[in-house]
Amino acid sequence: MIAEDSVLLREGLAGLLERFGHSVVAAVGDAPALIAAVAEQDPDVVVADVRMPPGYSDEGLRAVLELRAARPSLAVLVLSQYVEQTYAAELLDQARPSGGGGVGYLLKDRIGEVTQFADAVTTVAGGGTVIDAEVVRQLLRGRRDPLARLTPREREVLALVAEGRSNAAIARALFVSEAAVAKHIASILAKLDLPPDADDHRRVLAVLAYLRAAA
Amino acid sequence: MATPLLAPAPVTLVPRTALDALSGPPQRFLASAWPWRSLAYLLAGVVPSLAFAAVLAPVRVVGGLAAAPLSLVVAAVLLTPMARFERWRLRLADRQPVRGLPDGWWPGWREAGHALVALVALWWADLLVVAAAIAGPAVLILSPVVQPTAPEGEATLGQTFVASAVGLLLVPVAAYTLAAWAGARAAMARAMIVPQEAEMREIARSRARLVDAFEAERRRIERDLHDGAQQRLVALSMKLGLAGLDLPPASPAAVRLDEARELAGQALAELRELIRGVHPQVLADRGLPAAVRDVAGRSPVPAQVHVELDRRLPERVEAAAYYVACEALANVAKHSGAGSCAVRGRLRRGRLLLEIADDGIGGADPAGGTGLTGLADRVAAVGGTLTVESPCGGPTTVRAQIPCEW
Repeated sequence: MIAEDSVLLREGLAGLLERFGHSVVAAVGDAPALIAAVAEQDPDVVVADVRMPPGYSDEGLRAVLELRAARPSLAVLVLSQYVEQTYAAELLDQARPSGGGGVGYLLKDRIGEVTQFADAVTTVAGGGTVIDAEVVRQLLRGRRDPLARLTPREREVLALVAEGRSNAAIARALFVSEAAVAKHIASILAKLDLPPDADDHRRVLAVLAYLRAAA
Repeated sequence: MATPLLAPAPVTLVPRTALDALSGPPQRFLASAWPWRSLAYLLAGVVPSLAFAAVLAPVRVVGGLAAAPLSLVVAAVLLTPMARFERWRLRLADRQPVRGLPDGWWPGWREAGHALVALVALWWADLLVVAAAIAGPAVLILSPVVQPTAPEGEATLGQTFVASAVGLLLVPVAAYTLAAWAGARAAMARAMIVPQEAEMREIARSRARLVDAFEAERRRIERDLHDGAQQRLVALSMKLGLAGLDLPPASPAAVRLDEARELAGQALAELRELIRGVHPQVLADRGLPAAVRDVAGRSPVPAQVHVELDRRLPERVEAAAYYVACEALANVAKHSGAGSCAVRGRLRRGRLLLEIADDGIGGADPAGGTGLTGLADRVAAVGGTLTVESPCGGPTTVRAQIPCEW
């Protein structure tokens, strides 16, 4: 399910997702149509633009929040032209660590990295969390003191965790073994007084909640 | 979108008042209509008193005990047309628009009072000045005609012509005298009838309209960029990414395509920063507290934000306050050497108080850089004030107060 007001992008996105084996059940251009289409089609995942008609402000995000409130298991990936922590925070506030469907907040720029974007859609559809690297960077920058206790390597790992990557993906990105990643993560969680958790999705949310509370 | 219509300001050096005209080059002043306008202005002062006398004459005839209260009634009835007349008359010596005066039939106490003073005391002063200014030169000029009949033939014909020449030379002096007196009288009348605060309010209003127009324009630019260039760049980078999938990885074409996609990405990032500077979306959608929190989130110096507002503020106030927060935080990052800072904002008695305080080295000089001056201008444009407290050694506090109602 795609909700995006620009026809050019809407059709591009549909083509992209179909190319990666997803099927697009509906592509709509405004928020009321999105809500109606979700009720009708019951999609696995919704990809929505923040800004949509009729008001061209944040209708897309509001519609998504409304949909999530009615159906917490619905997976949503929100695309934004800007990194606004406010929007990311509103999305994450709804995605309580237990039970909810996947959540994603990405800059529109990331669509260009087609493979990673398709992966992100898959992750969110599968109940995972994907947060734009830019949001994570801002959250990390906002807070210094407790994070100062982390080693530079641990901070790198933390950023990747917050982006919603699995241990295996982090290991690949940093060229280390999965065991080493697990060790780093255990150490990070200990330093931040967070309970250890095996579930990637919940782990990400815990870390984000911590960062946001601190920032 | 409704853009406020603004009347174009007169951009000319044509004098607007008799006093302005006086300070111009003499030949231009003397050739202008101003001496004549001044004369007309002063002579017109007689009209209300003549009208008053004309109306009063029958009353006097009625006479007796009723005369005094009747004259008062007449004066009261005549006050409104007289005030109107004075307002019209002012235009002869002062062409600046008269703003903030009541429109109804009752002219208001200021104008009525002025009309009364003019009726009682000012008209004959005007007339005296006119008489003095005109009589001198007139008598001198006319001396060849008037003098020959004088007894004993004291003055020769030659002498009378000299006197006449002197009289002619005095005409410009008379013109200056008339214009000076008329100008002074008009200034006095304006001070009496036009309430000062009304003029100030009008200036403040026009400034607010200007700021609103700018703000509307910024939003329009932001929207155009967002709906146009930004979407197209995203679509471009997506198409490039898709095209890359069809090529064998690491082939020269794929590498070049990837470079092109990166360039598109950079263009997007730059465009995004530009648009954020023009008009941030979150400010329009969620208001000042959210927008300030986001700015603080991007600040390299950790910033605590306590902005508590119970309602949305007028757009121009939000924009100005946002601008203050952005600039102040940028200054903290660039110059202060601070380890942390705090942004506090609240509403008190219809004014927004916004304070950005850091623990840096201080010594910020509003006169030194243009940044703080620009900030102060921006805040002043919406009727607010900006104070900067920054002793050497620190800390620095920037405070903005912006009224939220007019």
